[in-house]
Amino acid sequence: MLAALLGALGDPWAEPVMRRALVEVLLLGIAGGALGCWVVAYQLSYGAESLAHALLPGLVLAALAGLPLLLGGAAGVLVAALAVAVAGRVPVVGRDSAVAVVITTLFGLGVLLALSPATPAGLGALLFGDVLGVTDADLALAGALALLVVAALRLLHGRLLVVGLDRSSARALGVRPGLVDAGLLVLLALTILVAVQGLGNLLVVAVVVAPASAARLVARRMAPMLALAAATAVVAGVGGLYLSYYAGIATGAAIAGVLVAAYALAGAGAALTRSRPGRSRTIRAA
Amino acid sequence: MHHPGTLTLPAPPSGAVEPAVTPVVRLAGVHAGYGASDVLRGVELRVAPGERLGVLGPNGGGKTTLFRVLLGEVRPSAGTVERPDRIGLVPQTERSRLDFPVSALDVALMGSISSLPWWRQPGRAQRRGALDALGAVGMAERAQETFGSLSGGQRQRVLVARALVQDAPLILLDEPFTGMDRASTEQLERLLDALAAEGRALLVATHDVTQARRWDRVLCLNGDQVALGPPESTLTTEVLERTYGGHIVTLPDGAGRALLPPHHHGPH
Repeated sequence: MLAALLGALGDPWAEPVMRRALVEVLLLGIAGGALGCWVVAYQLSYGAESLAHALLPGLVLAALAGLPLLLGGAAGVLVAALAVAVAGRVPVVGRDSAVAVVITTLFGLGVLLALSPATPAGLGALLFGDVLGVTDADLALAGALALLVVAALRLLHGRLLVVGLDRSSARALGVRPGLVDAGLLVLLALTILVAVQGLGNLLVVAVVVAPASAARLVARRMAPMLALAAATAVVAGVGGLYLSYYAGIATGAAIAGVLVAAYALAGAGAALTRSRPGRSRTIRAA
Repeated sequence: MHHPGTLTLPAPPSGAVEPAVTPVVRLAGVHAGYGASDVLRGVELRVAPGERLGVLGPNGGGKTTLFRVLLGEVRPSAGTVERPDRIGLVPQTERSRLDFPVSALDVALMGSISSLPWWRQPGRAQRRGALDALGAVGMAERAQETFGSLSGGQRQRVLVARALVQDAPLILLDEPFTGMDRASTEQLERLLDALAAEGRALLVATHDVTQARRWDRVLCLNGDQVALGPPESTLTTEVLERTYGGHIVTLPDGAGRALLPPHHHGPH
């Protein structure tokens, strides 16, 4: 019985393709999970999703031209950021609407290009990713990303807390909010750019937003939230690979599904803890 | 650096060296604003160490702009500003994201960032300093509690602790008593008195005339500098009318005490 269980647990990793996918999922889980905490705390989830969708035309154009997808994605992010900045300046258009218009336009353009007969790769691979097809170069890139994200978040930790709590008193504390914002956005763009290769254009946001949202329901301070989110992303990633292997469903979708399940679990846990008698919140006193 | 927890600092210089104590803040002919028009016009102000200055005026009267000039966030269009390097700011806690995952200790520790090189993280020494500061404001036992779960008065005291960690000789407080009950108000008032006794200068923005009477001197702002001086001689009905544009109710108690009508809080 135990042997059978251990065998079932070990089976998927017999194949090099699955082992590579495992490493990719671990690395992206650490980067996306940790960064996602700040994305959620800074209420940038919508921005993260927009960024991911907006780089689709760049990816498709790169695929058409036979260039590295990374290059196309980077160009896509840049164009999207500029377009959002310009559209946001139109006086009658609100910032939210500007982002929505630019993003749907770019995403539609990407789909249009992808459906042209000249496009070699299927739209599916770009939209939903192909974590089983990651190369050694992809893995090296994901490793570099994880290192960079963890190091940068460690360096910026105090400043991110200051700006997130109250932007208006940041300068009095010697923190420049514009620089902190820019740093966070650059990290987000890089993470999406790298993670989109494996997880796909539509599902990349799941690894950034879902683990952090789940951790947010449980953790009351940022440091444990970061660790919890990264751990959730890694566990859900591995769980997704198992699910995909044994249920025979698409890997990206399986990972996203397990991530959402983790969020639901955390939500139920938080609700149960709150409703348990004798654990009421501290009485407010002056 | 001194330890903020002790509240026993060397007394401020008593003026033996110079005829007047070197001011912590000196503003001369300061005009400042945003864009074309100046919100703040002709401010002349010196604040001595240990002085508690009330800054009184209606919303839009220039209190916030004065603070932003002192913090170096708004460059004056005319005049000169001399200010210390480190200035503590105690903002209104409604400005804080109360759902943000930080503890009271995390917030106090934020005061140590400016004293560390950019690559250094706060260590054990900074943590001890932050705990000392929380102790000095009576919040040591609540150091691990989530900032947003504290009461308004407790949050204000944590923000004061943050200014103590900054070791700021000047602390700016923006409407610190808003929405606070009697007990919390008195507690914060005692704390501010203790900080002033340490030699720190305090600027307390308020639109509450009764509040303003507590401080050593009062600066009345209505775009222009209307008056500056000790409350008893400064807060006359005439000055208050000029500060608030005539919307004053005078109480018939013979002392010339003036109160504001309750509905004056709207944008001006």
